[in-house]
Amino acid sequence: MSERAAVGSVASEPVIEVDDLVVTFRGRRGGGTARALDGVNLAVGRGEIVALVGESGCGKTTLARSILGLERPASGEVRFQGEPLGYGGRALKAYRRRVQLVLQDPTGSLNPRQTVYEAVAEGPRVHRMADESGRVVQALSQAGIRPPERFFLRYPHELSGGQRQRVVIAGALALNPEVIVADEPVSSLDASVRGEILALLLQLREELELTLLVVTHDLGLAWNIADRLVVMYLGRVVEDGTTEQVLNNPQHPYTKALLSVVPEMEQVESIVLTGETPDCARIPTGCRFHPRCPAYASGEAEAAGIADDCRSRELPILGATGGHRAACWLVPAGDAPIPR
Amino acid sequence: MRRASTVTTPKKLSPYAIARMRRKKSLQRFAQAFFGQPAGVIGLVILSVFVLLAVSAPLLFDREMLDITETLGNESLEPPNGDFWLGTDENGRSILAVLVWGARASLVVGLAASLISMVLGTLIGIGSGHYTGLAGSALQRLTDWFLVIPFIPLVVVLAAVLGQRGLGTIVLVLGVTSWPGTARLVRAQTLSVEGRPYLERAKVLGDSDWQQMTKHVLPNVMPLVIANTTLTVAIVILSETTLAFLGLGDPFLDSWGTMLDKATGAGAASTGAWWYLLPPGICVILVVLAFTLIGRTLEVVLNPRLGSE
Amino acid sequence: MSDVAALELRDVHVTYRTREGPVPAVRGVDLSVFAGEVVGVAGESGCGKSTIVSTILRLFPASATVTGEVLLGGENVLTMRWGRMRAVRWGVASVVFQGALHSLNPIQRIGTQLVEPIFLHDKLATDNSAATKVRTLLEQVGLPARHADAYPHQLSGGQKQRVMIALALACDPQVLICDEPTTALDVMVQAQILELLIGIARERSMAMLLISHDLSVLGTSCDRVAVMYAGRIIEHGPARAIFDWPEHPYTRALSSAFPTIGDAASRYAPSGLPGDPPFPGDLPSGCPFHPRCPSALPVCPTVDVKLLPAGPGRTAACVLVDQSVPTR
Repeated sequence: MSERAAVGSVASEPVIEVDDLVVTFRGRRGGGTARALDGVNLAVGRGEIVALVGESGCGKTTLARSILGLERPASGEVRFQGEPLGYGGRALKAYRRRVQLVLQDPTGSLNPRQTVYEAVAEGPRVHRMADESGRVVQALSQAGIRPPERFFLRYPHELSGGQRQRVVIAGALALNPEVIVADEPVSSLDASVRGEILALLLQLREELELTLLVVTHDLGLAWNIADRLVVMYLGRVVEDGTTEQVLNNPQHPYTKALLSVVPEMEQVESIVLTGETPDCARIPTGCRFHPRCPAYASGEAEAAGIADDCRSRELPILGATGGHRAACWLVPAGDAPIPR
Repeated sequence: MRRASTVTTPKKLSPYAIARMRRKKSLQRFAQAFFGQPAGVIGLVILSVFVLLAVSAPLLFDREMLDITETLGNESLEPPNGDFWLGTDENGRSILAVLVWGARASLVVGLAASLISMVLGTLIGIGSGHYTGLAGSALQRLTDWFLVIPFIPLVVVLAAVLGQRGLGTIVLVLGVTSWPGTARLVRAQTLSVEGRPYLERAKVLGDSDWQQMTKHVLPNVMPLVIANTTLTVAIVILSETTLAFLGLGDPFLDSWGTMLDKATGAGAASTGAWWYLLPPGICVILVVLAFTLIGRTLEVVLNPRLGSE
Repeated sequence: MSDVAALELRDVHVTYRTREGPVPAVRGVDLSVFAGEVVGVAGESGCGKSTIVSTILRLFPASATVTGEVLLGGENVLTMRWGRMRAVRWGVASVVFQGALHSLNPIQRIGTQLVEPIFLHDKLATDNSAATKVRTLLEQVGLPARHADAYPHQLSGGQKQRVMIALALACDPQVLICDEPTTALDVMVQAQILELLIGIARERSMAMLLISHDLSVLGTSCDRVAVMYAGRIIEHGPARAIFDWPEHPYTRALSSAFPTIGDAASRYAPSGLPGDPPFPGDLPSGCPFHPRCPSALPVCPTVDVKLLPAGPGRTAACVLVDQSVPTR
């Protein structure tokens, strides 16, 4: 596959906009409210592939679910083509035809008692779309299952992992959506099968002008297919930019650490952070990353004279547009310096 | 485990034909597995005998043979002989006739009450598992409330309230006291199914609550319900027998329980009239055993599939 | 390094008896790990790596037929007496299983679970000595001693994995086998756990077998790597060499599946193989990789290749490596 520039752009009307989104969950057993998303801005243009990257507890899955309408925000809003999401039954159902989901575990995502045909036909049936079998055939072909008819009567347990994921993708495609949200689309699959599924996603973006939002912890996946990369930590966006900008010239200490532990990146010394991501019910004061920040611990922040800010001043929330940005007191506001 | 399936489908197969083919195949697989279990086969055979007897009761013995006004001429409590294979009761009725007609009564009550129990239990179980929040909690509390009601006092109360202890009352009582067991089981299974990604996928595809529950939860819960219901039938029949034996049953209904009640009332134990006491008792045991064997076999046969998913 | 390998597999074949016929999960594997060495095994589903793990400690089901030799410190595991087997399990070799996060008993405290193997293997252990040992173990895996009183659900994924490692070290084994120890964990936690494992292996001069589907993880942390496909080792050699210059087409595909970030060639160009890893009961003829191989030759479906020399200390099972086999 030849190299090509990013197809989508945010300059034109964005397809999905997230505006100051806050999503909270009631704490368990007396714990405080968990702020899974604590103010997030995001804009995704038509035909763009955006990767949401972070570890567990960062809020990327919550953000994806909020965009799908599965979680109601405590404040802020999600807009689809300029219109805020309606959470009523009918509005939500109509929305489902335009924004679909591909889940992580293809084995769990398919009802073991449904055949492939029924699994893919479910969407069209629920929405009473015409020519159900035609849609199923088309969706299966688009997802790379050919000839589709041969697979109609198969059960999920008779398929391989890669084939199951294609069936799940076909199920989403059967509704002719404009946006697909993929949650870890290849992490449960064998390594050699990964490439094909990712290539399929790229192909779908080209042929069907699909907009893709991919939630993943895998930076390599982002490098393979994403136009833009959004790094999240503890409910906030900490870095945002094109994939080249963020991965070739990371600005935020968290991004730098994540990048350094990727096994393929051995030219960079591994920065292994201590401890684990704290509970989103107990967010640290000031910069929420400072207790684990290598720049803070090594004295770099002290030397730059901003250590106090790290401890006590909360960083401003990054806007949805504006090039390569990072939420860190060490990084000057506005666009990051152009890479050498 | 992955197997290369060699099913080839002709083009342009309608969705209904596909669904039918699938159902036929799975039914064949199920039948094969079920008949491979000797316990299940034995249970099925025993049950079939009784069902056959119950269904052909009017052909074997006239209804009038149960009418005590017709049997005044017979000897009472006569031991088995050429005319009456199981002897007679205190009113001179052929015990065999009463026994066969009693099979009808017991089976009908058992099946009717179990049907109520299955429908109610499944509906409320799935509902309380699927709906979180107030509705789900309410249904849960309802289940718990009914779970602790003892059926014997309930019969007495209902009989007083409804004014008569007919067949309907018995079926109602038994249905009402056995559904909570099914409901709790179904709720647990519903919760486990709800946690699986394909329910979330159904939601995202646009399925309404009702569609989610009927298309995804119900098929995965049904095997458990069926296995559980067959066991419930056994319990219900025993319960009906108990009620009748305690004199709380329908006095005009000739079930095995009433036979036992009348037998003890007529002093069959002290006079040694074993032909009156033993047959109904043995029949109850056999039918309950049959249902239990079938129920257990169903669990074993349906479980591996549940387990591998 | 002593002469006798701490762990050695000689021509091991494992076949499962199933209703559909015999399924050869492992078809002739030779592997050795010396004390102080870290050997990686790379492969995907169906390649036989998990079967190897269960074979080493004789944990395979009764339906499996095993031939060959599995030597732990020179003793053949497959012919051991039952009593000796039980002493060897955990005492000489232990395993950190895949999906270990779910292997902890949810209703027992961590300390109770850690103490169990200690008492089983050390007849002279007392409550006090065992408790001290538990504290030491937790410290070695980087957990505060107070976690001994915690229940599994109170720990995070990474912490639970550390407990599993502590459990594996409880009886001071000489051989440690880690089956996909880092899947299902966050990237940062993965790095922490790997660091911990390699550190422990080096410190205690243990022989470690590290199994993973991610070749780059093995490339950077192991001394030697063996790549498995369809029940056989198809490439073997020093980890760095395998990672940087793979000889077998499959190894190349595996290595490029996880791209080098910053490399413009893999931008918008995900690399993978068509089809799926073969099901062990249904292997293609000749070289089992040929249906998916980008460099397949006409001779490949006919010739079942064994491991051939492919450079200093390296072997690969591919005709392209062997100069003597005609490629026309």
